[in-house]
Amino acid sequence: MSDSPIALEHHLEPHQQHHFVDMEQQKHAASLGMWLFLATELMFFGGMFCAYLIYRWSYPVEFGVGSRTLNLPLGAANTAVLICSSLTVALSIRATQMGKRTLTVVLLLLTMVFGLTFLVIKGFEWNEKYEKHHIPGASFRLSAEDLKGVNVDPQQMQDFQARTQTFYSLYFAMTGLHALHMIIGVGLFLYLTYAAWKGQYGPAYYTPLENGGLYWHFVDIVWIYLFPLLYLIDRNLQK
Amino acid sequence: MATTANFTAERENYLNANYGVRSWLLTTDHKRIALLYLASITFFFFVGGFFALMIRLELLTPAGDLVMADTYNKLFTMHGQIMVFFFLIPSIPATLGNFLVPMMIGAKDLAFPRINLISWYLYIIGGTLMMHCVLTGGVDTGWTFYTPFSTAFSNTKVIEAGLAIFINGFSSILTGLNFVVTVHRMRAPGMTWTRLPLFIWSTYATSVIFLLGTPVIAITLLLVVFERAFHLGIFDPNRGGDPLLFQHLFWFYSHPAVYIMILPAMGVISEIIPCFSRKRVFGYNFIAMSSIAIAVFGFLVWAHHMFVAGISLYSALVFSALSYLVAVPSAVKVFNWTATMYKGSVTFSTPMLYAFGFIGLFTIGGLTGLFLAALGLDVHVHDTYFVIAHFHYIMVGGAVMGFLGGMHFWWPKISGKLYPEAWGRLAAAIVFIGFNLTFFPQFVLGYMGMPRRYWQYPPEFQVLNVLSTAGSTILAVGYLLPMVYFTWSLRYGKPAGNNPWGAAGLEWQTQSPPTTFNFDEIPIVTQEAYDYENIPAPEEVPLER
Repeated sequence: MSDSPIALEHHLEPHQQHHFVDMEQQKHAASLGMWLFLATELMFFGGMFCAYLIYRWSYPVEFGVGSRTLNLPLGAANTAVLICSSLTVALSIRATQMGKRTLTVVLLLLTMVFGLTFLVIKGFEWNEKYEKHHIPGASFRLSAEDLKGVNVDPQQMQDFQARTQTFYSLYFAMTGLHALHMIIGVGLFLYLTYAAWKGQYGPAYYTPLENGGLYWHFVDIVWIYLFPLLYLIDRNLQK
Repeated sequence: MATTANFTAERENYLNANYGVRSWLLTTDHKRIALLYLASITFFFFVGGFFALMIRLELLTPAGDLVMADTYNKLFTMHGQIMVFFFLIPSIPATLGNFLVPMMIGAKDLAFPRINLISWYLYIIGGTLMMHCVLTGGVDTGWTFYTPFSTAFSNTKVIEAGLAIFINGFSSILTGLNFVVTVHRMRAPGMTWTRLPLFIWSTYATSVIFLLGTPVIAITLLLVVFERAFHLGIFDPNRGGDPLLFQHLFWFYSHPAVYIMILPAMGVISEIIPCFSRKRVFGYNFIAMSSIAIAVFGFLVWAHHMFVAGISLYSALVFSALSYLVAVPSAVKVFNWTATMYKGSVTFSTPMLYAFGFIGLFTIGGLTGLFLAALGLDVHVHDTYFVIAHFHYIMVGGAVMGFLGGMHFWWPKISGKLYPEAWGRLAAAIVFIGFNLTFFPQFVLGYMGMPRRYWQYPPEFQVLNVLSTAGSTILAVGYLLPMVYFTWSLRYGKPAGNNPWGAAGLEWQTQSPPTTFNFDEIPIVTQEAYDYENIPAPEEVPLER
C-alpha cells in the first residue's frame, strides 16, 4: 500500500464535510441527491396525474363542468406570479455566482413575496369554492348556472353530481399538495435568505442555493401542468 | 498472537469511540444508525410475530374460539402491515445495507449522513404512530387498505395506520436516495462498476425501487386518508370514484415492494456462497444485471394481483406474460449460485446453511409464483392459503433467511465477536424445519380451497392447520435462539479478528469492529470482487471449534 494512499486527515475546505474527498465530490453528490429527490416528487404527483387522466377520460362532461367553474383570472394571475418567482430564483443564483450578496438577498426576498402572493390568491380561490358549495362532501351541489348548457337527465342528476365531485376532489388534492409544497418552499427560502444574508454563499460555494432553486422550479413546473389541466379544459363546453 | 488479539480488542472502534445515549441518538455514523435500525426492526419483528402466533393459535381449531371475527381481522391486518412496512422493507437495506454499503465501496460514510439519521427518526415516528394505532384499537382493512372498505365502511383507525405507513415511506425513500448517490459518487479509487460486490448491485436495484415506487404508495395512502378525513371522492364509487384505480396505484408500489424485500437477500446470498465455496462467483455480470432486470420488470407486473378484480382480459394476458418474465432473472441467479458451488470446497457454516435454505425455499416460492401468474390457475387459488404460502416462501423463506444469513455472516464485523457456531447451525436447522412445517401445509390447504382471512374453517382442514401451527412455534424458537446467542457473544464471544471467514471484500480488510471512518486510509482497489483463487482460507476456521 505504499503507492500514495489518500490520507484520511486531509485538508478540508470551509464548507466541506469530513467524509468527502474534495468539494467537487460533495457538490456532485448533493446535486445528484436533489435530482433523485425530484424524481420521487415526480412519482408522488404522478399518482394524482394518473388518477386525473383516468377520470378525465371517463367523465369528460363532468370535468368540463367542473373546470369552467374555476376562477380563470385568478388562476392565470397565479401562473404569472409563479413564473416571475422562478425568474427571481434563477437570477439570485446568478447574483451569487457573481458575488453580489445584497442583490442575492433582495431577489430571494422577492421570490418569497411571490410565493406568499400565490398562496394568498389560492386562499381566495378556495374560499370561493367554499361559498359556492363546490367542496366535496355532504353540502356539495352544482347550481343551475354551473350546469348551463349541459343536458343532464334529471334522474341521472345525483350520479352526475357525484362524478363532478371527483373533479373537485382531484382539484383540492392536487392544488392542496402543491400549496403544501409552496409553504415548505417558502420555509426553505427563509433559511436560504438568512444564510445568504450572513454571507455563507459566494462564487465558490452556492450548492444549497442551487438545490433550493431546483426544488422551487420543480414546484413551479407542477403548477404549469396543473393550470391547463384544471382551468383550461373545455372552457367553451357545448353539449 | 495473543498480545495482538488483545491489542485488536482494545483498539478504538465505532462502538467505543464515545459513550452515552446522546452519542447514539445524534450519531451520523452509518454503522451506529444501522444498529439503531437493527434494534427497532427487531422490536417490530416480534410485535408482528406475536400477531402471527395469535393467528396460528386461532386456526388450531375449526371453530372461531380464541378471538372474535373482528379481532381476527385486526390480527392479520396488523401482522401484515407491521411485518411488511416496519420489518421486511427496512430489514436488510436499513441494517446490513447501512452498515456495509460505505465499507464495501471504500467510503468513510454514506453521502448524506444527517439524512441517514433523519430517515431513522422518520421510521421511529411512523413506528410510534403505528404502535399507538395498534394499542388503541388497531385497523382491520387487511394490509392492502382496499377501498371502498377502508374509506367508507371500516370503523377502525385507518387514518392513523395510513399516516404511519406514509411517514415510514419517507424513511425508505431517504435511505434509497442515500444509497444511490453513495454508490454513484463515493466509490474508492479503482472501485469500478464491474468490481462492485453483488450486494451493492442488489442494494442499488432496491434503492431504485425505493425511489420510484414508494412515492406512489405515499400519495395513494394519502388520498385514502383525504377521502376518509375530508370526504374527497377519489376511490369511493358513491362519489364517482373507482376502487380499481386504488388497486392499480397500490400494487404499482406493493408488487415492486416484494422485490425490495427479496433483492437485498439475494445480494447477501451472492456474498455468502462464493466465500464458503472458496470460489470466484460464477457469472458476475449476469447476477448483477439480473438484479437490475428484476427491479425493472418488477414495475411492469402489478396487475397480476387483480386478475379477478375486473380488469380486461387483454391487459390480464399482458400482465400474466410479463409476470412470467420475472422468473428469468430469478432463475439466472439461482443457477449462477449453484454453479458457483460446483467443484468449490464448500463448508457448511451457519451463513451457508441459511444460503442453502434460501435457494431451496426461494425456488419453491418463485415457482409457485408462476402458478399464480397463470390466468386460469389464479382464478382457482386466488385469495386462498396457496397465495399465503407462496408469498411467505418468498418473504420469510427468502427475505428473512437472507437477513439471518447476512446477520451471521457479518456479525463478526459488526460486533467484533464470534457467535457460537454449533448454536448457529442448530438455529438454522430449526428455522428451516419450522418454516417448512408452518407453510408447506398451507399450499395444500389453499389448493383444497381454504380461503385466506377467515377465522373459522371446515373440520376437514384441521390436521393441516394443526401442523402449520405446530411449525410456527418451532419457527419462533428458531428466531429467538439467534437473539440469545448474539447477545451472549457480545460479552463472551471469542474475538473475531479482521477476517474470520477469509472473505473477499473491502469490509473485511479493515479492523473488527471498524473505526468510525471505516478505514485508516482510503483503499485503492485493484481486484475484482470475488478473487477467492488468490485469498487463502482462514488458518483457524472458526467452524471447527
